[in-house]
Amino acid sequence: MINFNKFYKLFNLISVSLVTISILLLFFKGLNFGVDFKGGTLIELRASDSKITVISLRDSFSNMELGDINIKKFGNENDFLIKIEKKDTSANAIEIIKKDLTYSIGGSFNFRRVENVGPKVSSELLKSGVIAIALSLAAMLFYIWIRFEWQFSLGAILALFHDVIITLGLFSLFNLEINLSIVAAVLTIVGYSMNDTVVIYDRVRENLRKFSDIKIFELTNISINETLSRTIITSATTLLALVSIYLFGGEILKGFSLAMIMGVVFGTYSSIYIANPILVKLRVSQKTILKDETN
Amino acid sequence: MLYFSKLKIILISLLSLFFIFISFSNFQDSENSLISKRINLGLDLQGGSYLLLEIDNEPVELQKLQNTTSVIRNYLKDKKVNFTDLRIEKKTILFSIPEQDIDVVEKKFLDKESEINPYYNQYKSHQFDLIIEANEFKLKLSKYGLIEIKTSSQDQAIEIVRRRVDEVGTNEPNILKRGNNRILVELPGLDDPMRIKSLLGKTANLTFRFVTQNSNDTFGVEMLKFEDTTSEALVSKRIILSGENLLDAQPQMNNQSNETVVSFTLDRVGAKRFGKATRTGIGKQLAIVLDGKIVSAPVIRDAIVSGSGQISGNFTFQSATDLALLLRSGALPAPLNIIEERTVGPDLGQDSINSGIFALSLGFLLVIIFMFFKYKVFGLIANITLLINLFFLVGILTIFEATLTLPGIAGIILTVGMAVDANVLIFERIKEESKQEKNNIIAFDAGYVKSKTAILDANITTLIAAIILFFMGSGPVKGFSVTLAVGIFTTLFSVYFIARMLTSFYVVRNKEKVNLI
Repeated sequence: MINFNKFYKLFNLISVSLVTISILLLFFKGLNFGVDFKGGTLIELRASDSKITVISLRDSFSNMELGDINIKKFGNENDFLIKIEKKDTSANAIEIIKKDLTYSIGGSFNFRRVENVGPKVSSELLKSGVIAIALSLAAMLFYIWIRFEWQFSLGAILALFHDVIITLGLFSLFNLEINLSIVAAVLTIVGYSMNDTVVIYDRVRENLRKFSDIKIFELTNISINETLSRTIITSATTLLALVSIYLFGGEILKGFSLAMIMGVVFGTYSSIYIANPILVKLRVSQKTILKDETN
Repeated sequence: MLYFSKLKIILISLLSLFFIFISFSNFQDSENSLISKRINLGLDLQGGSYLLLEIDNEPVELQKLQNTTSVIRNYLKDKKVNFTDLRIEKKTILFSIPEQDIDVVEKKFLDKESEINPYYNQYKSHQFDLIIEANEFKLKLSKYGLIEIKTSSQDQAIEIVRRRVDEVGTNEPNILKRGNNRILVELPGLDDPMRIKSLLGKTANLTFRFVTQNSNDTFGVEMLKFEDTTSEALVSKRIILSGENLLDAQPQMNNQSNETVVSFTLDRVGAKRFGKATRTGIGKQLAIVLDGKIVSAPVIRDAIVSGSGQISGNFTFQSATDLALLLRSGALPAPLNIIEERTVGPDLGQDSINSGIFALSLGFLLVIIFMFFKYKVFGLIANITLLINLFFLVGILTIFEATLTLPGIAGIILTVGMAVDANVLIFERIKEESKQEKNNIIAFDAGYVKSKTAILDANITTLIAAIILFFMGSGPVKGFSVTLAVGIFTTLFSVYFIARMLTSFYVVRNKEKVNLI
């Protein structure tokens, strides 16, 4: 048996500092929102002429007076991702860009993907993304509250906040782009982290019923250990699937799978080191669960 | 938990075979296949364009206010009410009347049968909200009046959009209402939406009006620019003919001038009016005005009574074709703005499919290997379950002809990773039970029973996330939530029926064995 509970204090300290750093990052550095949430134009360009480089593209774009432009390589071959921040793009803006580019670097390229999001739509998407995440947290809180006691509900929700905030903090730290699929990833993280926490909580509850003389500090440790091999195996298989998406699923799914990988790692960690210490702090005992059942 | 009746075994096997069969129908030619259903590929996988259009209802509102103002004017004149200051200000119609007439006029506006201020029974509201301050009447479009305007212009616009898109002839376009002022256009397989965008960006409001020098024209005049030059002309506001009177329009080569023109045919009413106007207006210039700009303004040489004519105006064949198309499909009730566009080229779509399938196969393989080494025979059972689970998932998506997107494929891969969770929970529980219980059958039974709540809770939480994603997410992300949600159900089914059945076969045969799992 591993004594996870010996490190409750230490890891709580680490978690609190990680969450604090993440919040500071989110507050001061902010997130790198993609066109979905900030509006603007995104073009994925494939060049068939090896003379086309980031530099030559930057030169041709700087003559078009389109405002802030971000050009970078995207995956391999001759693929580039061009982000234009200008928001009031008219209906034929893309056509004009295409013409101008043909004029300056020749016609040996094609637009593989074009995304053009107006300011109204982007702010709506952002709003619905935030609502979706908030709603899912509330729904989880509610569900656990019904199935368990409020102490469990609080522990699970704190673990969720921990995972979501640290994942977003990492996105801020590494300046990774937040787009619609990241919101999907965050929601899935919420589901996964919850899933993990629930399995351990379920065991804690079962053990609480079984043993009246074991303190919650010990009891959580027993429960963590009993479910440990399941925790490891499920995280491992999920990570195997996610890593294979990250490595081979194409550029578009990279951000999504990366967010998920972070979420699974932190979700597994928080189920052990956030969700359980909370139960200890709240002095959960056999009485806590029996009180409800006699009612 | 380990007993299965013969009937149950047969049913489960048949069901599995059915879904395997359905899944494979995706890979056959639809003509040779018994089942014509298959999974639709999302725009991000097959390539295509997604356009979100917003109707700019401002002009429609203004038009409504203007029309109502003239109705009010006629009514007040008719009733010999001495009104003053009838005007529109900040989207409000204002006018003042003498004290003694207020009651009558107010009644007229608040009457449920009122033709000036229609009453909507379903909303229990008039079209206009009325405020009377001293002698002044203020009429403002009510909340439901605005909704009425929006929904009716959306109804008209979607019809016109559909006609224009159909005329261009893309395969299976998807045109849907969004909210009460937006229209979603999905064009599978179209990798350059330029032409459609420019066609949808035009209102195509066509009018024929006389050019005049007299600025005191009774109908009012306005200065309009020519389409391709900077010159201007004074045009009467009197509309002789509008696009509504057009029966047909086609691009044509004019043999005499050797230029491309748009020839049109008018309906009976239009032909009559056009004939009369051209007869009386010989020698005058007739301006052809499209969306507030003059396309051309030819001088009338003869009366045109045949009900057909030509529009010239420096057209290329393409622009003449497009103008003819716009005129045939009719004018939009209000301008449309493209507020969101997403276009994926077909080659990127194919790349996404390839890498998605590869990642799926690899993820599946890795999980299978891992499970086999961890649990041996039971790993094999879990793997068979996983495979059948995949067929269930694909089969259900096929039956519902769901749309598969790239994030949707990610959802399937994630399902593969997480689907083994339920089996793992059960197997680990059985291991624990086996430590105290030497009878294999009892231990296995206990394992299944005791792991149930954890499995259920764990899957319901994921399902909650998927459902919220489905309602809040858009496009490709929605596809992810669908596969995730369906995956949860197929996983639970395959774990509790298929894996349990296979486990029971094995355990019953090896019940004497020690350390079975």
